[in-house]
Amino acid sequence: MSGPITYASSAAAFRAGVKSAVTSVFFLVISGTYVGVGALAHGYGFAPWWLALSTVLVWAAPAQVILISALGGGAPLIEAAIAVTLSAIRLLPMVVALLPLLRGKGTWLRDLVLPTHFTAISMWVESLRLLPAIAHERRVPFCNGLAAGYMFAATGSGFIGYYLAAELPPLLAGALLFLTPMSFLMSTARNARMMIDRLAFGFGLMIGPVLAYWHVGLDLMWTGVIGGSLAYAVNRLRGVAT
Amino acid sequence: MNAVIAELWPYLVLVMVGFLPNEIWRALGLVLARGLNEDSQMVVLARALATAILAGVIAKLILFSSGALANIPLAVRVTAAVCGFLAFLAVKRTVFAGVVVGEAVLLAGGYFLLH
Repeated sequence: MSGPITYASSAAAFRAGVKSAVTSVFFLVISGTYVGVGALAHGYGFAPWWLALSTVLVWAAPAQVILISALGGGAPLIEAAIAVTLSAIRLLPMVVALLPLLRGKGTWLRDLVLPTHFTAISMWVESLRLLPAIAHERRVPFCNGLAAGYMFAATGSGFIGYYLAAELPPLLAGALLFLTPMSFLMSTARNARMMIDRLAFGFGLMIGPVLAYWHVGLDLMWTGVIGGSLAYAVNRLRGVAT
Repeated sequence: MNAVIAELWPYLVLVMVGFLPNEIWRALGLVLARGLNEDSQMVVLARALATAILAGVIAKLILFSSGALANIPLAVRVTAAVCGFLAFLAVKRTVFAGVVVGEAVLLAGGYFLLH
């Protein structure tokens, strides 16, 4: 087995992160997703710079879609805030699973603030896949480069979608929205190499739609709690049995 | 003065209603992750929770679509997702192959059913 990948400097690690962002399938997916978000923002009459700032500050496409459609549809501010915060609960376990991978001997808490803010589905999936092969002391700049590359694609595509809005025929607009679930489906399946991750993935795929169909409140949170704990329990029992 | 407030109001709303309610969960994760190492059982469980939520989001996006995707019939969306996943498995777990096949089936199915 060869040693971990290392870089001459933090800047080199950051550039390598940007490069792997640009060459990953998520670069296309994020661009497609944010063309859609841009079109949505245009439809509800938000300013293009407002959209760009929301991409940098919120940095979570589902939360932005909720925010734009709730505010644009005239929902009370408190209702929009609650919907956003419910959609964001998933970020908590993601950050808890990611940060221990980033932390090395000389890592300060302040070094982790930026990767924490950058945590989102695409960056999380790619970081979990790529970071284990990289030397510990270069993981933070690599991760920041990766996320910066994605954020650049998202912000730029938001502008493109904003000005393209309403020009796209409905079938193509639908295909654009289909990019997100398809790429997440395959990349999460690729990342699930350990039995517990495969179990959690399968349980989530089944439990999520059932709870949504029954209109269970906080359905995604319950999907995580039930599916994740079940996977953990089954994995523990199998470990005991063998 | 009022003009300034009117100008800045959407950005204030963005911070209060969009940024803060979203960021609080990341900040909480930063606090909770202190002292945990990557092999600890809490981290393994957190990854399982996050993976299950993500799978739930994916299934909902396909089955309960919104916007322009909702105009494409459910059967076409599910068929496209299954074909894409099979292609992904067939081509040595290549994400790109799965996405391309899934999108092609969706476009073809949508085109024939809507025309």
